[in-house]
Amino acid sequence: MLSGFSGCAAQRAIAPAAAPQTFPHELIAKGAELAHLGNCLGCHTAEGGKPYAGGTPIQTPFGTVYGTNITPDADTGIGGWPLEAFTRAMREGVDRSGRHLYPAFPYDHFTKATDDDIAALFAFIMTREPVKQENRRNTVPIPRTFLGFWKSRYLKTGVYRPDAGHDAQWNRGAYLVQGLGHCGACHTPRNKLGAEKHDSAFAGGEAEGWHAPALNAASPSPVPWTPEALHTYLRTGIADLHAATAGPMAEVVHDLSQASDADIAAIARYIASLDTRSEADRARARDAALERARSALAMRGQAVYDGACADCHNRGRAEQGGALPLPLGTALTMPTPRNLIQIIRDGIVPPDGERGAWMPAFKGMLTDEQLTDLLSYLRALTGQPAWTDVAGEVRKISRGDQ
Amino acid sequence: MNRREFIATGGALIVSFALPARAQKLPGSLEKDPLLDSWIRVAADGRITVFTGKAELGQGLKTAILQIAADQLAVDMKAIELVTADTALTPNEGYTAGSNSMKDSGTAILNAAAQAREILLAQAAKRLDLPVEKLSAQDGQIVAADGRRIGYGALVQGQLLHVRAAPESRLRRERNLIGKPVPRVDIPAKVTGGAAYVHDLRLPDMVHARIVRPPGYGAKLRSLDDKPVANMAGVIKIVRDGSFLGVIAAREWTAVQAMRALRARAAWDEPRKLPRDIYATLAALPSQDTVIAGADAPALQNGRVIEAGYTRPYQIHGAIGPACAVARYENGALTIWTHSQGVYPLRGAVAELMGMPPERIHCIHMEGSGCYGHNAADDVAADAALLARALPGTPVRVQWMREDEHAWEPFGPAMLSKARAVLDAAGNVSGFQYEVWSNTHSSRPGKAGELAAAWSLEKPFQPSPPRPIPQPEGGGDRNAIPLYKFPATHVTHHFIPEMPLRVSALRGLGAYMNIFSIESFVDELAAAAKADPVDFRLRHLDDPRARAVIEFAAERFGWRTYAKRNGNGRGFAFARYKNLAAYAAIAMEVAVERDTGELRVLRVVAAVDSGEAVNPDGIRNQIEGGILQSLSWTTFEAVMHDDRRITSRDWGTYPILRFSHVPQTVEVHVIDRPGEHFLGTGEAAQGPTAGALANALAHATGVRVRDLPLSARRLKQVLSA
Amino acid sequence: MKLDVNGLVVDVTAEPTTPLLYVLRDELGLNAAKFGCGLGQCGACTVLADGEAIFSCLTPISVLEGRRIRTVEGLGTAQKPGPMQRAFIDMQAAQCGYCIPGMMVRAQALLERKPDASEADIRGALQPNLCRCGTHMRIVRAAVRAGELMRGKS
Repeated sequence: MLSGFSGCAAQRAIAPAAAPQTFPHELIAKGAELAHLGNCLGCHTAEGGKPYAGGTPIQTPFGTVYGTNITPDADTGIGGWPLEAFTRAMREGVDRSGRHLYPAFPYDHFTKATDDDIAALFAFIMTREPVKQENRRNTVPIPRTFLGFWKSRYLKTGVYRPDAGHDAQWNRGAYLVQGLGHCGACHTPRNKLGAEKHDSAFAGGEAEGWHAPALNAASPSPVPWTPEALHTYLRTGIADLHAATAGPMAEVVHDLSQASDADIAAIARYIASLDTRSEADRARARDAALERARSALAMRGQAVYDGACADCHNRGRAEQGGALPLPLGTALTMPTPRNLIQIIRDGIVPPDGERGAWMPAFKGMLTDEQLTDLLSYLRALTGQPAWTDVAGEVRKISRGDQ
Repeated sequence: MNRREFIATGGALIVSFALPARAQKLPGSLEKDPLLDSWIRVAADGRITVFTGKAELGQGLKTAILQIAADQLAVDMKAIELVTADTALTPNEGYTAGSNSMKDSGTAILNAAAQAREILLAQAAKRLDLPVEKLSAQDGQIVAADGRRIGYGALVQGQLLHVRAAPESRLRRERNLIGKPVPRVDIPAKVTGGAAYVHDLRLPDMVHARIVRPPGYGAKLRSLDDKPVANMAGVIKIVRDGSFLGVIAAREWTAVQAMRALRARAAWDEPRKLPRDIYATLAALPSQDTVIAGADAPALQNGRVIEAGYTRPYQIHGAIGPACAVARYENGALTIWTHSQGVYPLRGAVAELMGMPPERIHCIHMEGSGCYGHNAADDVAADAALLARALPGTPVRVQWMREDEHAWEPFGPAMLSKARAVLDAAGNVSGFQYEVWSNTHSSRPGKAGELAAAWSLEKPFQPSPPRPIPQPEGGGDRNAIPLYKFPATHVTHHFIPEMPLRVSALRGLGAYMNIFSIESFVDELAAAAKADPVDFRLRHLDDPRARAVIEFAAERFGWRTYAKRNGNGRGFAFARYKNLAAYAAIAMEVAVERDTGELRVLRVVAAVDSGEAVNPDGIRNQIEGGILQSLSWTTFEAVMHDDRRITSRDWGTYPILRFSHVPQTVEVHVIDRPGEHFLGTGEAAQGPTAGALANALAHATGVRVRDLPLSARRLKQVLSA
Repeated sequence: MKLDVNGLVVDVTAEPTTPLLYVLRDELGLNAAKFGCGLGQCGACTVLADGEAIFSCLTPISVLEGRRIRTVEGLGTAQKPGPMQRAFIDMQAAQCGYCIPGMMVRAQALLERKPDASEADIRGALQPNLCRCGTHMRIVRAAVRAGELMRGKS
């Protein structure tokens, strides 16, 4: 039931659970799956830290919010939270003591999860290993009481309601994407107060210094995404004619690898449907992109590309050891060169010890000027208007600014 | 007649102290090459040359051999030139494999050098007219008590050392070098850019080549448009014979690019299918079943039955430097510079491949990158031979690509095993059964049919029917017979001739998997008997040297006083490699992160007994190396394939251990036993490391994982279930 | 084109798109940098360009004009080994030795940038380099020792 959030004041505190709680095995297993879909680990585990013990810095335009300790430790985590408190946090963004939570925790999405799913997540979270770790202080100067006002304007609580105009799989995908998947948290632009602009849903956004491309009709992908291509991308991290997952999305895909095939298919189906272009428009775009790729490959490029990139990227993925033909890469067609700069500098490497395709890191090998030249050349291959101030972007990133 | 008179008559000299020499076996490889000057030569200027048929693989062989020879000849190591594995110069000692080098070559040279010294002493005694007892060998000279001295070079004349070795030798008591951690003679060049590997060989007019390997086993080249490639600047020749395809260029990078261009213009038929489920496939293939222990053991009694099955996937050698060879063909003679483990067997195989007499082929060993068993060294030598013949008079260098090495090198075979034991009411083992299923662990040339190039030729050679390596060495059944004294022990080897994937010897052969299985299982037995794992092992071993390494490792680890903390665990394992070679006991502590499946090794403590330790530091190096290599195999490694091709083609798709997963500490304690036989050490640590890791994992989590590798992905699934 | 290698400016005849590794080995006869994968995954080819560790198997010489390239041969000789080489010899930090030059160069880059690098820093810095023989413990000890030698302790 959709309802607006009311009340600016802090909410009431909820008493802690009386005794340690136990849960049936199946419920925990279901919660584990949902936790992967929601990628709780990503924001609630610091680099090299214990799982779910918090400490992860999340950069926002308003300061740094640190993911909290959600292990069931009684003193420093959420040990002792009853289901009621957990549900309220997920649906309304309020902690057990009644304080508002900053919407870096995407409760505006999690509110859509069903009671059953929240209960399963609760069972999973409450059976993690308790870790004593104090939460770090956020550096956001906005007081929490302001969030009451923010929520009254921007938070619509309530479980996802199926759309009768679509089938079960589409609705499952919508439920996951809009809810626990919180894809819009990165892929939807935000207003000045940091709230997602719902009228531009999935029109592109930001995450940790990376651009999260538009998933709707404004998708920059030269070849429009199909549900099958999305399915492959989410399952394996690579889609032949599109992209290799990198940056924060790589972590998402890594987590989704634990999700069921049915759920991945549902998510892919829903996301593909966000591109509302007509079939004819999509086909035209695809054909033009493939044609450009073919003719671009026939061009002799600058020495940098020929020397450093061509050996792998000219072979095409089908060939042994080959890589994506670059004119098809989504990183080249985004409005900003930022993603491509990071990909070239840091490479795309599977997580330590895991299998995967490997693009080496070229930072140090290419000077900033050489990288700038290469980027300009690659952009020209796409036929899109040139990026502005590529040299500046390169300099910012190579100096460590985001 | 006394010894001096015997010597004074000259002629064929047989120095023997006991029975007629012929009745007794000669030590080590002397049995096959009994002439002393096959091993030791002294030139008129005093320069000593020692010959070994074994090869330096990075295991420190050259240094150890020099230590042995120098000690027995009473000279500085620097005074000796060592020639290794060369079909024109050295004895034929087969393969440098099985950790047999010290036993075979070290022993031969120990005795040959000692006997050569004795002959020089006897010769000097004759010259100086003094009894031998008044003379001593020092620094390349025979010195008399009265100060007179003669250099070795001056003593040598004619065929002085061209005599048959005796079964026993008088070994020098002074140990200046043996037993000392003498620095490796090959390291200085390797860290200063010296030419050290066959990869570094540069000959005048040498050209570069690359092979276009087929995409999968049995693939046939259906069509090829090579005209544009033949016209590429710098391409010298394209060589095609059936589906064997190579390209030669003046520059190395040109060869690489030409190879890529050729590959893009080649179309292949790929008829052969690879099986989906390797373990199910292997289990269903026909096997030759041999009971290798306990053929007359009684049937298992009633009691508490413990049983478990284990699996091990295909794993690669994965030397950091892919295989390389240089060959030169001229006037019907072929020279190959190769890092093959067996230059003589390789010569025979290449002779058959090329239709040449073996005497016209000269194989010279140069170091490769690592080795770890039968890798692609022989294959690339064959490639080079074929290309060299296409360009007579010009040395051709062939370098394999990383992707080709990953796909085409012979793998360590996938294996299955089953263990079953019965405990009586008192918790004692009343019967122990073990079975192992495996392909052959050796498809070494020998014959041309074992060389990859040979399968692609217009007139291909077929691989030889595989044969099991008999006990006590064993192949898939190496170390399948536990050293433990369990009652009613019964062990079966199921040898599977048909090979879905190309396999051969990978360091340790079946020992890695069998020791992993048995040591995991022994821990389960100990748990069922409510006994400490170390105590349980000691209870079933009476070999004092086995007990010694176990007790040493346990004590140094602090086994008895270990306190289990959250997420951490400790594990122990022991084995005597091949039940014949070095003894190794390993204890380790690990930390396990349940939510991610991350397995971190915190510390490893090993104790090893290699008999008389020629170079204790060399032993430590080999054991540390074996431990780290085994941690990589056990935690990460499995070959991947689809229904036609190998799909693990590089380090991204076949990850191995990186520094992030290196233990905090590794201690290796060497128990030196002067006077005991040299025992092979290079393969002693791998099996116990895997067993100790599996046991530590079980201790940390309460969960027993029996399928290799113990990857984070598998652990995450198993631990969250 | 001209390349600055170990302090000497040399004229090389290879095509500008040729990866540095082949120029070092085949044209200049410098053996230390090795071919391991050609894919930037193993680090056996690691050399220094203006103090940064790079994969010479992937870097075309065209981008190295004017950059100071250093290889293991530039760290010392067999007769007069530099501190990194001295450390690896002292610690006997090699089995087959094939990966070692890459390790030495990467450790050198770290220690030049951070002379008081800790063992943890060293382990982290060496992550791009693979060793198959399992010499990792000794490599770390040798790099630690090299740091001591470079800081003037003995």
